[in-house]
Amino acid sequence: MLRALKSFGAFWYDFVIGDDWQVAAIMVAALALTALLVHAAGVNAWWLVPLAAFAALGWSLRRATAGKS
Amino acid sequence: MSALPLVLTVFVACAVEAIEALTIVLAAGMTRQWRSTFQGMAVALVVLAAIVGVLGPTITLLPLTALRLVVGALLAIFGLQWLRKAILRGAGYKALHDEASAYLREVAAAKAAPEVAKRGVSDWYAFTLAFKGVLLEGLEVVFIVITFGDNQRNLGAAVVGAAIAVVVVTVAGIAVRAPLAKVPENALKFLVGIMLTSFGTFWGAEGAGVTWPGNDAALLVLVPVVALVSLGYATWLRRVHRLSQAAARPQAAFTETEEVTS
Repeated sequence: MLRALKSFGAFWYDFVIGDDWQVAAIMVAALALTALLVHAAGVNAWWLVPLAAFAALGWSLRRATAGKS
Repeated sequence: MSALPLVLTVFVACAVEAIEALTIVLAAGMTRQWRSTFQGMAVALVVLAAIVGVLGPTITLLPLTALRLVVGALLAIFGLQWLRKAILRGAGYKALHDEASAYLREVAAAKAAPEVAKRGVSDWYAFTLAFKGVLLEGLEVVFIVITFGDNQRNLGAAVVGAAIAVVVVTVAGIAVRAPLAKVPENALKFLVGIMLTSFGTFWGAEGAGVTWPGNDAALLVLVPVVALVSLGYATWLRRVHRLSQAAARPQAAFTETEEVTS
């Protein structure tokens, strides 16, 4: 039962988070910061999440290919 | 948003998953036994139907803002992961996903396994192989259908997109009786990555409280922008990879010449 739960959790981790957990962390942080800007500072920061997505992708690709060329 | 982009997005995403499931089912059925393979498939489909039956109505009870925030974050992360892999494969840093070689690996493993009857199933290996393949790939289909369908409050359109994808891939699989190796899987994954990232970013930010300029029409700008940035990354990496390989070649030739002459 425990093994089945573990493999189920591992499947979902691999499925959603994948090879680079830092991309997930950046996106969660960007969404939290957006919510803060909107609700606490009254800034309609619609641009923040797409910018974070592009930066996270670029950074992840750079790290994945560093020293592999 | 009209139902057509939703149906098309779900269709492409689910077609990729269905191709992977088909590869496993064909490997089990053609090398082991079709009867046990079909039993495994059927049990997996029942489990999937139960998951949809429980999760579907539960998710629709959640408030739309919270749903968009959570699902948007998940989809954006999921989409970026697909994009990352597709770009790395396209640039030559990662091996292309090859359904033909995946099929051969499954076939070799299936041929080596002994035939054991268990719990009323005559070939337990074929049963579990088909069950796992259909269940795991099916869970991904369910995730896509529920997240897209619920966010747009149009579960029906998402189900239609997924159903068409599964039927098209199944019919094509039966027709060719081989893994769909000619499908440009990496290009499809790149396309799906763009759509998932765009929708995830859009819904996630909306869930966090932003108002997009032009509301839903912002997606018409966001999708091409995500595509352009991703293509830019792919082009840049391909160039870097090609240049570094070209630089390494004379070096290798020089080393070989040195070895011959010494």
